[in-house]
Amino acid sequence: MANGKELDILFKARKINKSFGDFQANIDIDISIKKGEIHALLGENGAGKSTLVKIFYGVLKPDSGTIEINNQLVSISSPKSGRTNGVGMVFQHFSLFPALTVAENILIALDQKISFQRLISDIRKLSKEWDLFIDPLRLISDLSVGERQRVEIIRCLMQNPKLLIMDEPTSVLTPQEIENLFKILKRLSKSGCSILYISHKLEEIIELANQVTILKSGRCVSTLNAKTTSTKELAETMVGKKITKLKKNNIKNNKTVAFEVKNLNKIKDNDFGITLKNINLKINYGEILGIAGIAGNGQNELMEVLSGEVICNNDNEILLENVPIGQKNITLRRKLGIEPIPEERTLHATVPNLALNQNTFLTYYYKYKNRNNFFSNFFISPQHSSEESIKIIKDNDVRCPEPNPLANQLSGGNLQKFILGRSMANNPKVAIFSQPTWGVDIGAATSIRQKLLNLSQKGKAVILISQDLEEIFELSDKVCVINNGVLSDILPVNEISASDIGLLMGANINNNTKSEVS
Amino acid sequence: MFTFVPRDKVSKNWVILGPLVSIIFTIMFGLLIFTFLGYDPLETLYQVFMSPFSRVDRISDIFVKACPLIIIGCGLMLCFRANIWNIGAEGQFIMGALLAGSFALMFPDVETKILLLFMFLVGFIGGAIWAFIPAILKTRLNVNEILVSLMLVYVAMLFIDFIVRGPLRDPMSFGFPLTKPYPEGALINKIPFPGIGYLGQLHYGILLIVLLIPLSWIFINKTLGGFKITVLGSAPKAAKFAGFKENSITMTVLLLSGGLAGIAGVVEVSANMGQLQPEVSFGYGFTAIIVAFLGRLNPIGILFAGITIATVKLGADNAQMTMGIPKVVTGLFEGILLFFLLTGETLQKYQIKWKRFK
Amino acid sequence: MDALILTIIATSIPLLLAATGELISEKSGVLNLGVEGMMLSGAVGALAAVLWLENPYFGIIAGAISGIFMATIFSIFTINLMTNQVATGLGLTIFATGLTGLAGAPLVGKTITSLPKIEILFLSDIPFIGPILFKQDLIAYLSIAIIVLATYFLKYTKSGMILRAVGDDHHSAHSIGYSVKKIRWFATSFGGMCAGIGGAYIPLVLTPHWSEGMTAGRGWIALALVVFASWIPWRIIVGALIFGGITIAQLVGQARGWPIPSQILSMMPYIATIIALTMISGRISKNKNIVPASLGKPFIDTH
Repeated sequence: MANGKELDILFKARKINKSFGDFQANIDIDISIKKGEIHALLGENGAGKSTLVKIFYGVLKPDSGTIEINNQLVSISSPKSGRTNGVGMVFQHFSLFPALTVAENILIALDQKISFQRLISDIRKLSKEWDLFIDPLRLISDLSVGERQRVEIIRCLMQNPKLLIMDEPTSVLTPQEIENLFKILKRLSKSGCSILYISHKLEEIIELANQVTILKSGRCVSTLNAKTTSTKELAETMVGKKITKLKKNNIKNNKTVAFEVKNLNKIKDNDFGITLKNINLKINYGEILGIAGIAGNGQNELMEVLSGEVICNNDNEILLENVPIGQKNITLRRKLGIEPIPEERTLHATVPNLALNQNTFLTYYYKYKNRNNFFSNFFISPQHSSEESIKIIKDNDVRCPEPNPLANQLSGGNLQKFILGRSMANNPKVAIFSQPTWGVDIGAATSIRQKLLNLSQKGKAVILISQDLEEIFELSDKVCVINNGVLSDILPVNEISASDIGLLMGANINNNTKSEVS
Repeated sequence: MFTFVPRDKVSKNWVILGPLVSIIFTIMFGLLIFTFLGYDPLETLYQVFMSPFSRVDRISDIFVKACPLIIIGCGLMLCFRANIWNIGAEGQFIMGALLAGSFALMFPDVETKILLLFMFLVGFIGGAIWAFIPAILKTRLNVNEILVSLMLVYVAMLFIDFIVRGPLRDPMSFGFPLTKPYPEGALINKIPFPGIGYLGQLHYGILLIVLLIPLSWIFINKTLGGFKITVLGSAPKAAKFAGFKENSITMTVLLLSGGLAGIAGVVEVSANMGQLQPEVSFGYGFTAIIVAFLGRLNPIGILFAGITIATVKLGADNAQMTMGIPKVVTGLFEGILLFFLLTGETLQKYQIKWKRFK
Repeated sequence: MDALILTIIATSIPLLLAATGELISEKSGVLNLGVEGMMLSGAVGALAAVLWLENPYFGIIAGAISGIFMATIFSIFTINLMTNQVATGLGLTIFATGLTGLAGAPLVGKTITSLPKIEILFLSDIPFIGPILFKQDLIAYLSIAIIVLATYFLKYTKSGMILRAVGDDHHSAHSIGYSVKKIRWFATSFGGMCAGIGGAYIPLVLTPHWSEGMTAGRGWIALALVVFASWIPWRIIVGALIFGGITIAQLVGQARGWPIPSQILSMMPYIATIIALTMISGRISKNKNIVPASLGKPFIDTH
């Protein structure tokens, strides 16, 4: 406890408390970050990580607690004052403006006056110095996710930060981009800038960080030395209990082709979209096909066309057990045994302000239609689904505050259980999942992944579209990558490495707006 | 000073409280404005809100005035629930009345009320055609329906002016722009009550409301169509996920609301005027927007909202006669009422948290 | 011919002003359907002020203040109380129509002195365009100045860029530390001021007396003009002139005895608006950056 060590400490937060109404997001949090240290912040969703760093940056004000920078008490009352105090932040979903240029996006966060000429040359200088190539005059809307992150980082670097905060930066990057990012962060830390790094990726934390602080339900439960801990210890401290491994039965011999896509083409219907080009895939019963890719490469469009929300140009572009169904809409496909589970739990898979029986009716209504009784087909209403709704809640352990709650009264994990249960109760032949564990806690994520495995083990065909490479490798039998609307060749999972996939994810397809392969 | 915190459960109290509180606040505000302008607040309060209840025939006139508001309101309810902003109900009302009136004048000697039934059909078609224009532009070309439907209001007003002063003008009307009087079969008669005679202007058109309110309720709550509308307005992506076709729903609600507005137009002219004139609507299409909101997009609510607004309109008429307050002032109140209603909607979802000064 | 061009310009000035103000408002993400109401209040305010104070220049100030007053009501509800922008805007127009009807009642029948023309010496001697462009009233010059200012503001100033940023992604702007509320308050008030002056123009220059609804839907056309101009200020001039021209067609037609009924001619501006909106919609859906992305979305700040 020599005083010399105290001088090393750049940032010290003491007893930070923050509540939103009745909900306590941060309770008595203490954090200490040395100069040049890479400090990771680990915790499940809702643990309070984002709230805490927003307080450090000045977007939020704490209810109580103090912050010291270089042993001086500071008051960070706004992002501007955060920047003045040397704090820079890269938000998880970025704080960029698509309709503005790179230079304008950087200028907007600069508090000092600077001429446009000077700005451009400074951006170019920093860009070169840190290997973060970016053209200052391009519009953000034309940039890839990786490029956008570079803009965010340069924007922070322009202010010569003492502490750089990064909120889940790697969820949207290819493995190569992640490597690059780590190089930059390590270089920054060597040059004396401290880094506070939020992540739920345990392996990354161990590779990158010096110290890890683990948050759970708003409290700081532990601060560990990242170099001497293990992913197992981290995971268990974070969740508070033992994590079960997935049970996988590796014997699969089913050769029946369940679902096939042949030369599917779909032009984007507006400027924001991605055109799907010549998609080909085949999946057998009992298999899990993993489609990896960074968000924004056509996954949504692919999901739409596979589910039937958008029909194909040609009936033969999609085949179910060799029967053309390309021109059948989503309801007809459900009848035939195809169940899509979309990425967005609210506003897409469910309607938040409607009750669970109404949300069940949402995808079950076609069952109550009677070919013979045309008149009564008008008078079907959510009441018809009440019984099935109750069964879904019971069978899937969906925790409800009341018997028939509104969808927005459920927690994220429980809503996902309901959505999965609703689809699985139909005993589908083919299930298509898009980002099923995005934003879901480790405990719930494990249970969802187990459900996927169980499905395939029961002989169903499962298509998994996911940004999470770990998940893809853990679950899939076969793997491919979607990049700018183009699907790579499909390979068995043991014939391809994460690095190969990374290259495919980041490759420059059709010289569009993709990032360069570094 | 204060901030909003999301409620974890939407306050059910505010669903009914909202409109009630809004009405009370509007009255208070209004009285303040009147006092400021030099009118006696208590007298104003009586004239605007009580005088319509002072005589039986006046009460029945409330229903007469509420009739078109409720009919149009039910149609707008469908549109607004689907998040389609049909602002042109006024124009659809006019075109419905115009088309039906032109049709009726082709049969000048018909006395049977079967003519009236056909007129309802024609009026529905007229309003629906007028709503079809913004509908097709929205579904095919994604043109915003607010401006299109509104522009068509001005077009409709000018068009009926042209027709009434031109091709359909009654040569015997001596300078007044009027069409020939409707044949007997095209009129909606007042209801004769045994022993009492007529109750103000109360006419058989009221029966339409008796039919429409329960029908609307059943449609919204007990049919697949009504469910589709609700889902589309709440979450368009979920509607797609369910397999509901957005364009069909959009077209349906617009045509239905246009048609209903058209029927309201037929009722107004056949019951209260007996012939076409350049001005057949007195802002009903716009007032009905307020009625739909006040009624929280719910048929029962719209029934009460229509009665409330009609009361105020009649009261304003009386206030003009007895106190000289220009009746155009109802617009003032309707606007204030809408503001308070919308604030109530915010309070339904969010709670006020007063910030303490540090 | 000269007189025709002058009339077209005069008719387009209110549209120009109201549309430019609304453009700034929309660029910050606020859709204000109350433009018609703000213009009406500007008209009434100007009339009342001039009748009271005699000098027509007070009318301009009164028009601006009336417009800002209405915009303030709108801002309180949509920005601070987070109400639905479309419904609130409609409510504002309904409210203003009623309020101005009330306020205008005692003014019926009275006429005011019009705004005088200001001649810019030397420039007004240029053949052809001189007398047309440089012999205008103050509001006309103001309207051009406002458009130039708006263009410069949006394109070349940091504040203008911040405004555009708020309209593009209000959450990002908030995360960086800008007060979305303050910026939108400013934009909405500016829109109100412009609409108020545009409305004031009608009695001050065009028809120097009060009549109910004297804006005749110009506020709505101004809203359409913003879309038609793809949110680019100089294009509003083109749009306003076209609509001014179409509006005048009715007078020309009557004067020249065209066989088309006057009501049908009067319909032209409204029908033209529909056609213009239809034409531009195709273009808008092709380019993602034309419409301000947060237009119409309330900014919900729950901290």
